[in-house]
Amino acid sequence: MDALIAKLKTQIIEQLNLEGVAPDDIDADSPLFGEGLGLDSIDALELIVLLEKNYGLKIENPAEGKKIFSTIRSIAEYITANGKA
Amino acid sequence: MKAYIRGIGNISPQKTFTKEEFLENVVSYNNNNMLFCIDPVYKEYINPLQLRRMSRTLRMGVTAAKICLQDSGVEMPDAVITGTGFGCIEDTEKFLLALLHNNEQQLTPTAFMQSTHNTISGQVAIMLKCKEYNSTYVNRGFSFETALLDSLMLIEEKNAHNVLLGGFDENTLNLHATTSRLGHWKKENINSLELLNSKTPGSVSGEGAAFFMLTDKPDENNYALLKGLSMLYKPENKSEVEQHLSNFLKSNNLSPNNIDLVVYGINGDVRTDHVYYHLRDTLFSENAGAYFKHLCGDYYTASAFALWLSANAIKKQVIPEAVKLGKAPSGDLKNILIVNHYRDINYSFMLVSQC
Amino acid sequence: MAQRIAITGLGIISAIGDNVQQNLSSLRTKKSGIGSIQYLQTIHKELPIAEVKHSDAELLKLAGIKEDSGYTRTALLGMIAAREAFENSGGNNNGGKRTALISATTVGGMGSTEKFYLDYIDLSKSGDFEKYVDAHDCGDSAEKIADSLGIKDFITSINTACSSSANALMLGARLIRHGIVDRVVAGGVDPLTKFTINGFNTLMILDKEYCKPFDKNRTGLTLGEGAGFVVLEKLEDAQRESKTVYCELAGYANTCDAYHQTASSPEGTGAFLSMSKALALSGLKPENIDYVNVHGTATQINDLSEGNAMIRLFEGNVPKFSSTKSYTGHTLGAAGGIEAVFSALAIHHNIIFPNLNFSEKMEEFNLVPVTEVIENAGVKNVLSNSFGFGGNNTSLVFSKI
Repeated sequence: MDALIAKLKTQIIEQLNLEGVAPDDIDADSPLFGEGLGLDSIDALELIVLLEKNYGLKIENPAEGKKIFSTIRSIAEYITANGKA
Repeated sequence: MKAYIRGIGNISPQKTFTKEEFLENVVSYNNNNMLFCIDPVYKEYINPLQLRRMSRTLRMGVTAAKICLQDSGVEMPDAVITGTGFGCIEDTEKFLLALLHNNEQQLTPTAFMQSTHNTISGQVAIMLKCKEYNSTYVNRGFSFETALLDSLMLIEEKNAHNVLLGGFDENTLNLHATTSRLGHWKKENINSLELLNSKTPGSVSGEGAAFFMLTDKPDENNYALLKGLSMLYKPENKSEVEQHLSNFLKSNNLSPNNIDLVVYGINGDVRTDHVYYHLRDTLFSENAGAYFKHLCGDYYTASAFALWLSANAIKKQVIPEAVKLGKAPSGDLKNILIVNHYRDINYSFMLVSQC
Repeated sequence: MAQRIAITGLGIISAIGDNVQQNLSSLRTKKSGIGSIQYLQTIHKELPIAEVKHSDAELLKLAGIKEDSGYTRTALLGMIAAREAFENSGGNNNGGKRTALISATTVGGMGSTEKFYLDYIDLSKSGDFEKYVDAHDCGDSAEKIADSLGIKDFITSINTACSSSANALMLGARLIRHGIVDRVVAGGVDPLTKFTINGFNTLMILDKEYCKPFDKNRTGLTLGEGAGFVVLEKLEDAQRESKTVYCELAGYANTCDAYHQTASSPEGTGAFLSMSKALALSGLKPENIDYVNVHGTATQINDLSEGNAMIRLFEGNVPKFSSTKSYTGHTLGAAGGIEAVFSALAIHHNIIFPNLNFSEKMEEFNLVPVTEVIENAGVKNVLSNSFGFGGNNTSLVFSKI
């Protein structure tokens, strides 16, 4: 799980072009959207593609994404439960 | 219709984004006939969360708008109007190439949603929370001109006191390559500052983002008065251009000898520059001249660079050495006429005067 | 009193017909143009779209072009609709009227660019594809339309995303009021392209079924294509020349939501502002509006935002409304022009067109669109909305003379 979390942090920084953000700056349990990292609905769409590309997971409904993407840990848990990672 | 120019922000292949410099030290380009903008430090203008998504043209446009707002002292304009020929072409190319290379799969939305031509006017409005009039014109060499006309109309209608007006286009390697198929650019590599010496077909490609705060209020800090604008589409011959221009001056109660400086859009293309030289030999044989596309390259909204140049020349009462063409003016710079055309199709004339 | 602006010509090509008559007949018979993909080259065959039912080669013939020297689908659709409007209004017999062409498009010549782009950027390649290189930008189609009609006095193009062609009409009326021109052919055009269908697909706002505007179970929009143009001129000129006046363009307003690049604010601030300002300019009160041709894209956000804005403007008494995008799909840069034609037809024929595919009203409010054709509907004043990316909102008010 920790390895997956570390990998996700790097992937998210790259996909969302988070210039100046280091993996250690992101807490696995802090909210990604709104208050925390300040991501928005477009980032959520980018994350959906990230999961599809790297983990073969397809999220059909953007509303479903909201729950999955609440923290790095929740994404990792979703991948572990559903994916081939 | 007229308006004062209250503030300017100009990002171009020259160091034009600071107020202090005025083409004293020009940059030459020897780069396969491509000119690219000199970047200010964008982080000083845009917060990192927004910046991370922005393509080059978005950074240029939004920053030029911010510099213009600061320069003008106007916090909230009554309208945001832009003109651009190709819009956000880098994002367009990015999304297009991704969809072609990935066979329409696993595409992300950012480049697509930022590819539309009105992205900058929208982003500026969001940044300012400006809920007023907002538009974007996209017709080749009339793009910036129509945006300017719209601004002047809004001011005359008293629907706006302050209009934030912008012209922008960006250069990319792929755009340069694609448009080279149309014979737009010189085949031989030249030094940009030697643009007029080549006497061959084609020009050099360029880019820029220039924003202006137009206002109806006189103020000692205003740069200049924008007094007139006219466009001409596909003239039959040189005499039609000459006639149109004479009528334009007349409608502003001016004649050629009232013009202290003519700024020509000469781009080094031997196939189409002869129209400018014809005007210089006929209507303006006694007038001082200037040119500018050796500094910013040619692009659909290059006339915005010419407006920046003219407004500053009036305000500072200086014509930079780098733009002089032929003889120098004898007295004060009261009236400057900008004559520009894009590929002998879109002609535009702007009259910039002392306040 | 400002110069009154008459609409004296209408032209349209859309998924529900090649001209005004065919479109009107489809609207009356509830015949939608949405279906499965026939012409667009894309892997997304599962998505319904509203295509103009002609290949590019057929459009060339319809536009009267003998040789394809670089005509994109955009230019052809635009030329067909603009010519119909221009001729409908009397064409070139204009007694020296200064005439403008204002066209709007969001993708320009992308339909051709996306077919040949990899060849464009590979300079070792050359061939017939090169004739489309100069047709990529938005101005190409406007200039081709103008040239085909012999219009020279004023030409421009607008791209404010999905509100583009409503802004073309607004600029047209203002140009006449400022005395810059006497007559304007104004509207917009967008073809379906891989670029747009994939773009909207990444935003996850395309319905896999036919779009259901203002329905509780709506899941997104259906893309369409086409062109819609009108001819604007001074009402006094039109009356002196005894022209058919479909209606007048009595009000217009352009505002910005200034909320988000692609999403409108839930309370519809920009939409409320554009509708109320357009009404104010027309001198009408909200209760004078008989029909609203809503933007109604059928995305979750648009319909909620637009509905809230209408409730606020009409203080709960929202007039009859429908989204004709349930017939034509969302034609993006053409939508404002196409819906201006429909609004003019609603007034001229005294009819209200229904909102197809509606079954259940939204939970957030008590708004039910018109679902059946209403003849003799007493339509005097119509409000038409066009909203776009970047928060660009434009509303137009059309009135019976």
